[in-house]
Amino acid sequence: MDSYNFHWNVVWDAFPQLLGGAFTTLHVSVLSMLVGIVAAVFLALGKMSNSKILSLLSSIWIELSRNTPALFLIYMAYFGLGAYGIHLSPYLSVFAALVFVNGGYLAETFRGGFQSIPPTQYNAARSLGMNRVQAYRHIILPQMFRRIYHPMTNQFIWSILMSSLGILVGMNDLSGETQRLQSSSFRTLEFFIVAAAMYYVIAKLVLFAAHLVSKRVFKGELS
Amino acid sequence: MNLFTPISWNDAGFILTGVLNTVYISVIAIFFGTILGLVLGFARAEGNKIVNMCLGGVLDILKSVPLIIQLILFSTFIGAMGYPLEPFVAGSIILSLYTMAFMVEVFRSGFDNVPAATKKAARSLGMSYWQTVRHISIPIGMRSVLPSWIGVGLSVIKDSALVSVIGYMELLRTAEQLISRSQQAVMILVGVGLFYFLISYPLSLYGKYIERKMTR
Repeated sequence: MDSYNFHWNVVWDAFPQLLGGAFTTLHVSVLSMLVGIVAAVFLALGKMSNSKILSLLSSIWIELSRNTPALFLIYMAYFGLGAYGIHLSPYLSVFAALVFVNGGYLAETFRGGFQSIPPTQYNAARSLGMNRVQAYRHIILPQMFRRIYHPMTNQFIWSILMSSLGILVGMNDLSGETQRLQSSSFRTLEFFIVAAAMYYVIAKLVLFAAHLVSKRVFKGELS
Repeated sequence: MNLFTPISWNDAGFILTGVLNTVYISVIAIFFGTILGLVLGFARAEGNKIVNMCLGGVLDILKSVPLIIQLILFSTFIGAMGYPLEPFVAGSIILSLYTMAFMVEVFRSGFDNVPAATKKAARSLGMSYWQTVRHISIPIGMRSVLPSWIGVGLSVIKDSALVSVIGYMELLRTAEQLISRSQQAVMILVGVGLFYFLISYPLSLYGKYIERKMTR
């Protein structure tokens, strides 16, 4: 077995750049999640609407995002739109692809959460004298939010992990930064070990934060 | 001089290799991921706290580190240690382990779904522990996991696209090479997307259909 000498100094010196990359990773995931949530609300409403065209368009978005690889969608944004003269930066292509996927997945989550609330809940609220807005505000949405909270957290983690595909289009996120640093120093193994550890820590921190929030918001009744 | 040559029917064979390679590595990863997932899922469902903690920790790492980083890390690692593997072998190993990490949870919930009373009844009828597992837990538990199993399988087919980073010629990589030669990005990419969609969409419909049938 060849002995491999680890040189950690190089990685240590480049740590600020890695942190910068990690920041970009979080940045693109958070933004794509927020925009994705807005898109998902409209998609879920569109899919449940009576209009055939709206429902069809939403279904096309949802099914395309769920049934094609994220990498394909990033290539589509990066190379595909480029062919039409729309040249997105690596950041924007990854962002666009993540928004597309988050929108599609979350739309199904929202729709499932909404349909899991029995209609009798709404009727009961109305019969107690609440108007439509009050019934949604105090009865339907709080119950729904409780059910979609966990899948939403998972989707957020997924966004963080999938933004690592930025490496393939030359984005300056954590993985892209790692790739750039290792190619100039040839300490591939060290850099990728540190990057893997950083992704792990980020994912765990996000899960922990989500847990704290859920404890506060749901007061320990999270099903 | 024209540097780029448009795609032609001669490239069909090249794309077909990519298609077959994608299917090939996905099937291998799903096969080994399922077997390992079944064994470890059983261990998690039946094992004590210590077994669960150790297994949970390892599986957690597989699920919290991006697949693309795992692939690069593994292939560099074995290279640095002096045992370089073919991209296909290295990719299959990591993709199978990654699949396994998700399959474990699927199967564990399946085993947890078998009512304790049913297992006790089997034991009281004189079945041994392993007979109970073989004839009661697996047939009953596995019936409920089919929709989630299909879900994991579908995500593996899609994630297999990432094995291209370590040099495996799967569909997306062949497409990328054709694009850089022919500069016809849209046409090639649409074809590739259509292929993934045609595999994935019917299976996801089937999964939903089974799920509906079960809950009824």
